[in-house]
Amino acid sequence: MSDLKTLATVWLDGCSGCHMSLLDMDERLVELSSQFTLVYSPLVDRKTFPDRVDVTLVEGAVASEDDLKKIRKIREHTRVLVSLGDCALTGNVSAMRNMCGVQPVMLRVYEQNVVQPQVPTVGVPALLNRVRPVHEVVPVDVFVPGCPPSADTIYQVLSELLAGKVPTLEGVAHFG
Amino acid sequence: MSAEPNVRTLTINGEEISARSDQSILEAAREHNVEIPTLCHLEGLSEVGACRLCLVEVKGARRLLPACVTQVAEGMEVTTHSPKIDRYRTMILEMYFAERNHVCSVCVANGNCELQDLSLKLGMTHVEIPYQYPQLPVDASHPRFTVDHNRCVLCTRCVRVCSEIEGANTWGVMGRGAQSLVITDLKQPWGDSETCTSCGKCVQVCPTGALFEKTSVGNKTRKHPEFLPYLRIMREGEQP
Amino acid sequence: MNTEELQQIAAGGQEERDKFDYEVNVCMGTSCLSQHSDRIRDAIAKEAEACGKKCQVRRTGCMGPCAAGPMILVEPAGKLYGHVREGDAKDIVEALGGEPVARLDPELGSYFEGQNFVVLENVGHIDPEKIDEYIARGGYQALLKALTEMNPASVIEQISKSGLRGRGGGGYPTGLKWDTVAKVKGAQKYVICNGDEGDPGAFMDRSVLESDPQRVIEGMAIAAYAIGASKGYIYVRAEYPLAVQRLTMALREARRRGFLGNSICETQFNFDIDIRLGAGAFVCGEETALIASIEGKRGTPRPRPPYPAVSGLWADPTLINNVETFANVPPIIRHGGEWFSSMGTARSKGTKVFALTGKIQRTGLVEVPMGMTLRQIIFGIGGGVPDGRKFKAVQTGGPSGGCMPEEHLDLSISYDALISAGSMMGSGGMIVMDDTSCMVSVARFFMEFCMTESCGKCVPCRAGTVQMFELLTKITKGEATHRDLDRLTELCEVVGATSLCGLGQTAPNPVLSTLRYFKHEYLAHIDEKRCPAGVCELSPAAVEVHA
Repeated sequence: MSDLKTLATVWLDGCSGCHMSLLDMDERLVELSSQFTLVYSPLVDRKTFPDRVDVTLVEGAVASEDDLKKIRKIREHTRVLVSLGDCALTGNVSAMRNMCGVQPVMLRVYEQNVVQPQVPTVGVPALLNRVRPVHEVVPVDVFVPGCPPSADTIYQVLSELLAGKVPTLEGVAHFG
Repeated sequence: MSAEPNVRTLTINGEEISARSDQSILEAAREHNVEIPTLCHLEGLSEVGACRLCLVEVKGARRLLPACVTQVAEGMEVTTHSPKIDRYRTMILEMYFAERNHVCSVCVANGNCELQDLSLKLGMTHVEIPYQYPQLPVDASHPRFTVDHNRCVLCTRCVRVCSEIEGANTWGVMGRGAQSLVITDLKQPWGDSETCTSCGKCVQVCPTGALFEKTSVGNKTRKHPEFLPYLRIMREGEQP
Repeated sequence: MNTEELQQIAAGGQEERDKFDYEVNVCMGTSCLSQHSDRIRDAIAKEAEACGKKCQVRRTGCMGPCAAGPMILVEPAGKLYGHVREGDAKDIVEALGGEPVARLDPELGSYFEGQNFVVLENVGHIDPEKIDEYIARGGYQALLKALTEMNPASVIEQISKSGLRGRGGGGYPTGLKWDTVAKVKGAQKYVICNGDEGDPGAFMDRSVLESDPQRVIEGMAIAAYAIGASKGYIYVRAEYPLAVQRLTMALREARRRGFLGNSICETQFNFDIDIRLGAGAFVCGEETALIASIEGKRGTPRPRPPYPAVSGLWADPTLINNVETFANVPPIIRHGGEWFSSMGTARSKGTKVFALTGKIQRTGLVEVPMGMTLRQIIFGIGGGVPDGRKFKAVQTGGPSGGCMPEEHLDLSISYDALISAGSMMGSGGMIVMDDTSCMVSVARFFMEFCMTESCGKCVPCRAGTVQMFELLTKITKGEATHRDLDRLTELCEVVGATSLCGLGQTAPNPVLSTLRYFKHEYLAHIDEKRCPAGVCELSPAAVEVHA
């Protein structure tokens, strides 16, 4: 048996689909909750990342300065960091703006075809010039591809981690 | 077929097998259910040896050899999988994913893509090398088909099928290195091409979502390159 | 054409030259021509006419010491002048028969010491546009000898015996190649001369084609006779206009004199040559890409086998050799294979032409016997590093080669020695670098070259060179980590092992050789954010995310 007890999930630049998929595990969530304590997540109330987490699932790419700060902190306080889903793994849709750069995107979203054009500057984190997959910013231990990864895949990953194994997803999950 | 002089005995991964002397290592291996990954190869088209995924070790050869264009020989000892070859293949696959914008989740070929399947099969879970994010055009000028260069792997199957099977020679390649693009005629919009017969063979042989039928955006349409060997059989003098 | 006629032509030329007391040979190679050596020639001719001296002013090909150009060779005194200007014409003519003009001494020091002219034996002596001058110096004797006194097998035997190896870079034994093509059955065979020289810093083939084109034609004709070909192609870069012009003229002259065409030298042998212009793609120097290009297709390589010897141009057996290889053939046939093999080392025979460039006193074209040390070439012939700077490295083999440090200066030049030192012979570019060169930047420069010259057919070369270039750029900017260095090394391994053709397979070499000898420079960029040569502008701030 492994000594992994606490679980966190974080949501960076993604669509939350991976979290939906996580919830899709349905009754298996109950089974897992007997072994894991969910200590931090968009799904629970805690506001600050705990000092020490055994497993953290990261959804989403690193797209803003806030994401960057978060993921560095999370890495520091996590034993096993899991990149969950294509945005975390490849940048995916979040990174499609890298083809044109950040300015055209801002222009399109906040200035063109808008009644009161204005670029928000207060209360929102600044975007990075380039969206990056998580492993380009911090070391990642487990990669779980999929958009989103299926509930079965996520269950398999967590089960294998609990069994003290390095999850192998060869032949199980692919991009998209 | 008479067996005598043109049978060759070789070993693939230590297993002794027989093959016809005119067969490639790839053909012989697949006949014996040994999987060798390929991307540019397609049964019914000529070989170009460009994707480098089918590289295998042949004892005594100085370099890795592409299985698709290397003919079997008596006593040949072939290794199709080793930690080194697997590592090379994964890296090659990573280069494919990094050089253009293969965003599987929003691709028409999601679930029906040979590149995507390969990443699954070869266990490539992520790309270590930085993505390039080139700005590439999409040409939707043809009434039925679209070419999206973001998803092109430059396997040149479209070029070959158009020239070797359809005989229209509409497709070609322009540019060098990473700037290479498949083009219709002299880079006219596909819809303006005077040579294209709109036969759609290029779409059927394309391994990714680079060429697709406009009606297939629901990403559930499988491509059907299987017609090629049959076409070959039906043509005079060509055996499968 | 027979021996007597050849001698007659030679004698006729000599008679013509005997009418003059002096010869002023003006170099009209590209380098000197770019400094208006044509105007200098006209000025000297005018002066000579005015002063009444019996002086013939002639055009010649490249004399070698390009850095001292425009060059002039005055005969019979054998006096070389360098850095000649139009205004010097009067003094040069006045000095004929007297004391040479001291201020025009090219100060070549030991430039010619140890050089041994085989390929360049005619440079400075003949007008590249006049076939009769080539004949006067023994030209076409070899072809005549081969056609009338030797059978194809004995021609190949002499070439094999000579130990000549491909001068394009690979070093494949020429005799073996000829023998292979000769033995392949085929009604139609081809001879191709690869003049697609494209390495940065290389101008050997260009110079040979510009200065002595007949030699290459003769070499090709002998090869054609040996392997049974009736048609030849010279593939030359369109960026070499002077070479193309002189080749075109040379082919016309050779046909006029009956060395090309039907029934050459009154034998059954028919052979003709066409020129094909390359559009400047480096990859077309690869033989299968070159053949595709001649066929009118996109210049991309294809996997070998089949080798061109079996299935080459239009799927017929094809012999393809480099310019310098063919240029070595006539003297081998004239003097015999043993004569040639008496020069050089055990496994690398004869001489090699190098284009000596970079941070060196005397830039130019040199021809040295194989086995000479790098030190002799760089410090003896080339005069060492200028401006009191310190020698750092010498790069050979172009983008496929590598950089060798000072420890390897006593390396004897041969195909095998260079490979074991992590470089290669290549076609003969030799770029000298001093302590103001950053080795990471050098590797980056060559990687950029390979990246832009990749044909795009196979992914390791097409995408791998881009990745390696970006990593090298990252290092030069001081933004790289040790992980990047590991990744660079891994990419080198994969691209080298999996690319389709020589371009990709050797593209990592400049990185690998600089990593081997100058790893400390890489580490200085990464760990200390410092460029030891002071070339790179490094940004010390952590920029990894905003890059």
